Amino acid sequence: MRGGYGSVDILKNCTIAVDKGEVVVVVGPNGAGKSTALKALLGMLPLREGCVKLDGIDITSLAPQDRVAAGIGVVPQVANIFTTLTVQENLEMGAYLRTDDFSHSLEHIYELFPVLKEKRNQFAGELSGGQRQQVAVGRALMLEPRVLMLDEPTAGVSPIVMDELFDRVLDIATTGIAILMVEQNARQALCISDRGYVLVQGQNRFSDSGSALLANPEVRTSFLGG
Amino acid sequence: MEDVLNALILMTNFVLVPGMAYGAQLALGALGITLIFSILRFANFAHGDLMAFGTMITILLTWWLQGAGFSIAPLPTALLALPFGIIAAVTFSLVIDRSIYRFYRQQGAAPVVFVMVSLGVMFTLNAIVRFVVGTEDRRFIDGERFIISAGEFKSITGLAEGLAFRQSQALTVITAIILVVALFWFLQKTRTGKAMRAYSDNEDLALLSGINPERIVMITWIIAASLATIAGVLYGLDKSFKPFTYFQLLLPMFAAAIVGGIGQPVGAIAGGFLIAFSEVTVTYAYKRFLGHLLPESLAPGNLVQLLSTDYKFAVSFVILVLVLLVRPTGIFRGRVL
Repeated sequence: MRGGYGSVDILKNCTIAVDKGEVVVVVGPNGAGKSTALKALLGMLPLREGCVKLDGIDITSLAPQDRVAAGIGVVPQVANIFTTLTVQENLEMGAYLRTDDFSHSLEHIYELFPVLKEKRNQFAGELSGGQRQQVAVGRALMLEPRVLMLDEPTAGVSPIVMDELFDRVLDIATTGIAILMVEQNARQALCISDRGYVLVQGQNRFSDSGSALLANPEVRTSFLGG
Repeated sequence: MEDVLNALILMTNFVLVPGMAYGAQLALGALGITLIFSILRFANFAHGDLMAFGTMITILLTWWLQGAGFSIAPLPTALLALPFGIIAAVTFSLVIDRSIYRFYRQQGAAPVVFVMVSLGVMFTLNAIVRFVVGTEDRRFIDGERFIISAGEFKSITGLAEGLAFRQSQALTVITAIILVVALFWFLQKTRTGKAMRAYSDNEDLALLSGINPERIVMITWIIAASLATIAGVLYGLDKSFKPFTYFQLLLPMFAAAIVGGIGQPVGAIAGGFLIAFSEVTVTYAYKRFLGHLLPESLAPGNLVQLLSTDYKFAVSFVILVLVLLVRPTGIFRGRVL
C-alpha cells in the first residue's frame, strides 16, 4: 500500500507506505500532522494533491466507511469504543458489515486478548484504559482488515500496559496484516517497528528502518530526547 | 377491618388503576421521545401532535368501519383501524424526515435548530389535525366497556366501595407490556437494535464500523411513530380524543423522559409511571379515603385535594424543574440536555 498526500495547509509532500506483515510507525513532534496524515489515509480530510492506494487500487475517492469496507481497520485516538455496549457487542459492531459467520474472528480476538473473553459481558466503559484499547483494537480487527491503523494507542496507559499492547501489535502483524501506527512514545514504538517515518511540519523528514532511526544521532537529539 | 379494605379499594379504583393506565400511555410516548433524542439528537416537540395525527387517522377509519358495520366486539373497533393509523403516522414521519430533517442533518445543524424545526412541524401537524377532525372532544370507543364494573364488584364482594376495571385500561397495560418487552428484545438482541445503541453511543465510531446512519434514523422514526400512535389511541380509548389535550401531553411525556434519564429507554418507562402517579396522587381528593380510615369525629369536611385537576400539568412541570436542578441526568443516568 502506498499513501501519498499533498496539501498546502497541514501536510506537504508526505508519503507513507506499509507492506503486508510490516509494522510502520509515524513519529514526530506535536502538531507535525501525524494524526492528520492518518485521517487523510482514511479519507476524513480532503486531498488537494496525491492519492491513497490499497493493494494498488486507487481509493482516493472513497468515503471513510467505504475504505473501512475495502479493508482498512481503524483505531481512533479517542472515543474508540462503544462505552455503553458490552465487550462482545463492541466486537459484533466491528463486524457489522460482515454477513458471513464471524464467530471465528471473535475466537481469534479472544485468543489474542484473553482478558476480553473473561469480560465479554461487561460494559466496555467499565474496563481499564489498557483493556479499552484492547477492545478498540479487537473491534477494528473484526472486519479482518488488510491494514490496521492505530492513532496513539498507548496514550494515557501505563508503561507495562504499553509493552503488552505493543507485543499484541507484533502478534497481529505476524498474521499478515499491515500495521500503521502513530505514536507519542517514539522510542518504544520505533523499537518494535520495521520502518519508521519522522514527520515534521507535515513533511517526511526521515524515513528509515526503526533501528536505523533509533541510531541516527540527529533523530535522537531532535525527537527522542538524546 | 372493612373500613381499611374499603379505603384500599377506593385508592385502587381512583389512583392505582388509572395511574397504571396513564403511566403506560406516557411511557410509550416518552420512549419515542427518548429514542429520537438518542439517535437524532434533538428534543422532538412534535411528538404530542404526531400522536394526535396517528390517532386521528385511526379515529376516522374507526368511524368508517363502524358505519360499514365492521366489529370485533367485545374489543373496540379502533384496534382494527390502528395498524392503518400507525402506517399513516410512520409515513408522515418519514416524509417529514426526508424532506426537512435530513436537509438539516446534511448541513450539520446545531441541536437547537432541530428543536425549532420540530416546533414548526408541531404547528403544522397541529393545524392539520384540527382542520381535519375539529377541535372538539371525540369519542370513538365501542365494544365491551368494563371487565368488571363498580356495581358488579360491590355485589360480588359486598363492600361499600366498588372497583371498576375498564377494558381500555386492561388493553393499555397489556399492550404496553408487550411493546416494551418487544422493544427491549429488539434493542438488546438484534443486530439492528445493537447498531442503534452503538450509533447513539458514538456516532463517529458507528460510521467507521459501517453502520448506515440513514437506515438507523429511518428505523427510529418507524418505532417512535408507531409507539406514539399506539399510545395516542390507547389514551383516546381510555379518556377521549381532543387535539389540544394531545398537544398538552407533550409536557408530561418530556418530563417522563427527562426524569428517567433521557436517552435511556428504561428511564422513559420509569419516568412515565412516576409522572403519572405523581399527577394522580396529588390531584386526588382524599375526603372519602380518610373518611373510611379516620373516626367520624375527625372525618374531613373539605375535599382534601392538594391540587385541582386543572393544575395537573403543574405537577409534571415542578418535577421536571426539580430534576433538572438536582439531578440533570435523571434516575437512570441519561444525557444532560
